[in-house]
Amino acid sequence: MSSVLGNGAPPVIQAIDYVAIAAPLTLVIAAGLVLVLDAFLPHRPGMGRTLGLVALGGVLAALAVVVVQTVAGTHLPNGARRTFCVPSSLGATADAGSCSFVADRFALVFAGLVLAAGAVIVLLSMTELAGGRIPVGEWHFLLLAALTGAVLLPASRDLIMLVVSLELVSLPVFALIGLRRYDGRAAEAALKLFLVSVVSTAIMLFGVSLLYGMTGSVHLDRLARAYEAGPAIGAAAVAAAGPEPAVTTVAIVLVVAGFAFKIAAVPFHTWAGDVYQGSPVPVAALLSVVSKAAGFAGLILVLTTALPGRAGVWAPIVAVVAALTMTAGNVLAIQQRHAVRLLAWSSVAQSGYILTPLAAAASMRAGSSGAALPGAALSGTLPPGTALSGTALSGTALSDTALSGTALPGIGTPGEDGIGGAAAASIAYLVFYAAMNLTAFAIVMIVSRRHGRNEIDDYRGLVRRSPAAGLALAFSLVCLAGLPPGLAGLFAKIVVFREVVGAGLGWLAVVMAVNTVIGLYYYIAWTARLFAAKTTGESRTVPAVPAGAGAPVVPGTPEVRGVREPGFAVPVIPAVVAAGAAVLVTVVFSIAPQVVLSAVG
Amino acid sequence: MGRLLIALVAVPLLGAAALTMPAFRTRGRAVAFGTAVSGLVLALTLAAVAAFALPYGQDGPTGGGPDGGMRLQTDLPWIPGLDLRFHLGVDGISLPLVVLTALLTFLCFVHLTRHPPAGGRQRALVCTLLVLEVGMIGTFLALDLLLFFVFFEVVLVPMYFVIALWGGTERRAAAVKFILYTLLGSAVLLIGLLVVWAQAGTLDMVALAERRGAGMPRSAQILAFLAIGAGLAVKTPMWPLHTWLPDAHTEAPTVGSVLLAGVLLKMGSYGFARVAIPMLPEGAAALAPWLGALAVVGIIYGSLACLAQRDIKRMIAYSSVGHMGFVLLGFATLTPVGMNAALFGNVAHGLITGLLFFLVGAVKERYGTADMARLGGGMLGRMPHLGSLLTFACIASLGLPGLAGFWGEMLALLGAFRPAAGLPRPLFLVFMAVGGAGTVLTAAYFLRLLSRVTHGVHRAAPSEPEAAAGHGVVGARAVEQGVPARTAGEAAGIGGDERAGDAGEIGGTGETGQVGGTGGAVDVTAREWAAWVPLVVLIVLLGLWPKTLLAVTTPAVQAVFGPGMVVP
Repeated sequence: MSSVLGNGAPPVIQAIDYVAIAAPLTLVIAAGLVLVLDAFLPHRPGMGRTLGLVALGGVLAALAVVVVQTVAGTHLPNGARRTFCVPSSLGATADAGSCSFVADRFALVFAGLVLAAGAVIVLLSMTELAGGRIPVGEWHFLLLAALTGAVLLPASRDLIMLVVSLELVSLPVFALIGLRRYDGRAAEAALKLFLVSVVSTAIMLFGVSLLYGMTGSVHLDRLARAYEAGPAIGAAAVAAAGPEPAVTTVAIVLVVAGFAFKIAAVPFHTWAGDVYQGSPVPVAALLSVVSKAAGFAGLILVLTTALPGRAGVWAPIVAVVAALTMTAGNVLAIQQRHAVRLLAWSSVAQSGYILTPLAAAASMRAGSSGAALPGAALSGTLPPGTALSGTALSGTALSDTALSGTALPGIGTPGEDGIGGAAAASIAYLVFYAAMNLTAFAIVMIVSRRHGRNEIDDYRGLVRRSPAAGLALAFSLVCLAGLPPGLAGLFAKIVVFREVVGAGLGWLAVVMAVNTVIGLYYYIAWTARLFAAKTTGESRTVPAVPAGAGAPVVPGTPEVRGVREPGFAVPVIPAVVAAGAAVLVTVVFSIAPQVVLSAVG
Repeated sequence: MGRLLIALVAVPLLGAAALTMPAFRTRGRAVAFGTAVSGLVLALTLAAVAAFALPYGQDGPTGGGPDGGMRLQTDLPWIPGLDLRFHLGVDGISLPLVVLTALLTFLCFVHLTRHPPAGGRQRALVCTLLVLEVGMIGTFLALDLLLFFVFFEVVLVPMYFVIALWGGTERRAAAVKFILYTLLGSAVLLIGLLVVWAQAGTLDMVALAERRGAGMPRSAQILAFLAIGAGLAVKTPMWPLHTWLPDAHTEAPTVGSVLLAGVLLKMGSYGFARVAIPMLPEGAAALAPWLGALAVVGIIYGSLACLAQRDIKRMIAYSSVGHMGFVLLGFATLTPVGMNAALFGNVAHGLITGLLFFLVGAVKERYGTADMARLGGGMLGRMPHLGSLLTFACIASLGLPGLAGFWGEMLALLGAFRPAAGLPRPLFLVFMAVGGAGTVLTAAYFLRLLSRVTHGVHRAAPSEPEAAAGHGVVGARAVEQGVPARTAGEAAGIGGDERAGDAGEIGGTGETGQVGGTGGAVDVTAREWAAWVPLVVLIVLLGLWPKTLLAVTTPAVQAVFGPGMVVP
């Protein structure tokens, strides 16, 4: 085991590939620009919007960089730009020098997801900030900082950088939540998230230190090599790993627990409800999409890139956690009356679905030959040319060639069939989920401008009052439930089910099936409210719509005004744009889910 | 020619999309547009029938294939990442159901033009029904397992809204129960389909059917059949997975009930004929006795439940459980005779029960209730046309020879007399005997219905206090008999109040107002004749010349079971 002490020991001048880090760099520059402009521009009424547009420009520029890199990436010799590599003078092997930053397909897909979501969130923020209770410059700076972390994280390929970028995602969020002054609920949410997050970081760092202590390296590919115990296969690997399995298990559990906090997986999910509800809506959207995506990116990286050799250990854990997470999230969501709180628990449930394929991946790898057969059959359905098909059909899960997969393009970074396919399924679900969930949050944002309480009952009759918003929300909820016409959600669920069934995890498939039904209950209840007749007291001047005779009367709902199509107040416009973009993306995903599937697979 | 099938799915979808235009805000225009669109779909369906009737091998490169094979195929890639292809086609199994769907939808729209359900929002209703039609037709046309599943799911949300927005008093609970129950079935179905996929490596239903399960181990087939069968059985519905059905049918508006009973149930049984039995023959052979047993229990249970009902709509809903039991029994025999019986029974049930729900809807519209005790008999005297039609539909439903309902039941029992080799014959003989007893019970409850509603002398109007007191007694008796307390409570309530509530619920206050006087009741209107006559004609036609339908299904059924089998 070569002693690699990272980048510190002898004076080495590293050549940094600035093209590789262009996207996070753009975000950082934009963040600095926002801060400087906030400090030096005269405080005039329109300034908030200017800062918002600068932030939006930064996010979109970074997104453009990511798109260009993705397109250009196909021409690169090994499919990815990498930088911050261990120089050969420090013991790197000739072919695969361990790099800390790799902008491969995996990283670019996540970066694209995060930045697209970021653009929507910036737009939502512009509406939120129009209220004037929140300092604009700080808000956008923190938002861009969090996005920077989320873009860095999936490209990180060593444990230190993973932890640092994860903290970069988390820390600004506490401040974002607490930025609204004199709001007790927000302060409570910020404190709660802070405490939970700090504890989770500590736990994860402990696990990371154990991993480092045992293998002597922090780079993920070296960890993987250490745990594969060289070219030995099967029993030999287990024998070679003889003395340390207990410590390894502890380390894995601790690392997984650390990420489980971030993605609000059971048993570390309890913060979600209060924090989402207490946060401004854009921050809740940030938590549920960007922060969650970052958590999943880290989890997938650690599990599938660094620890594929210990799949037998983490697979059952992930399976149980996934089952519990979706169940707990759905059951808790049923009782909610507050829109954001309901979305909070629903997003916990969705986390469970996203986790599920990872459990399947592991059991496919560790599984018997009977389970390997469908795996091979399924891999034939994936587009050829990725790392998957070549190694998959050979069927030897522990073959050494599989490990060289890090050099290959595509999501199947670990180069092992089951895990690659499973990671792709998780990411595909995450992308679908992001689009659907952001649509829901955007509409909730718009409605919350009029109904401060943001209760589910405030949405009664929304389709009649403002058809566009109502239909968009209905569509996103049906998508989240996974039913047509919300085909995006349906296909996302099919992708996950396919992995689970292919791996022979029947019980998990059944648990997920039952959860789909539980989830439908609250989604459809909310959707039905959108279409339900409004209170009968509503003055209706348009004669074309007859009042439903059997309309239920809800006396307690205060209706502000019987306006049909509210002429949107100016501050709502960015949120409307955001909602429109999110709906558009969701519709595209519904009609052509292949866009996502070919991007991740 | 393949374009034709795409048009069948695309036309209603585009129609639904077009309805979002504000031009359709004007009252009545949306329904007229919906009628036109569904009429166009029906015309296209008939064109497909014509193309299908051409001798094999003459419809160009897309069709052809062996006798009984798929015709008019379209195969386009949709989602390569999921191996999902937009693959459509028809054969003798699916064609009758497609025609049935297009016909019933069109008739629903015709009916809708003059008899809209309470709840207003006609534009939304038309849009919902068109989306529903997309899902129903698509399910019968799909030749890709996942595409089949997608279309299977498409119907859920529209039907939920049809029940939840335009339904009766208990509509919310019924709609939620419907969608949760059927979604659970769909999720299990999906798992089963994915097991097939994982084992066979393809989603092409034609290829899978041709393979007849080759290459799939027996255990996997049993598992897959269990999952797929359970998923389909919820929809069909099979006892004991039927509990969503009575509520949904009872609370749905007339058009919703017609389409639910007429088409949506068929999607479940069609799945057995298209997916479960051809693709998983070993699994089917292993589980067929169970399927048969549950089917027979369903027949008896449905009939007994019908005998205990007071609400006609609810009674017809329960009668569906019994009739679909015969369909499932036909499938369980795993013989060409049995499957022919099932497919015939499917279509016959769609026609007859569709007509029955139309008629009950009309009764409810006129009397303000569908409660047998409160209807009070004598309908033949007061409304001779409506009473006659109801009598006709009931007699068709109880399986009188010469009408469509007979052949499905008779052939199913015949199939059970000689089940497929490998199935326990004594057991199936028992099934046959019990099923035969079920036909008698079916006759019993329909005759009871007729004797209480159409025959006899019309009693005093229900709003009079004397009648209300009478209902109290009936209600008390109903409790003793174990009728759900809700129904009994409704009956025991004060008559005057309830009538007011019912009148509001129906919306047609003018018509209900006329019921009070013995002479003023409106008999069948022109629109209703237009909607019902085609069904009556088809019921008689299929009853007298069953070969018109059997000639279409037999080649396809033979293709399912292979060339060795003999078909009557």
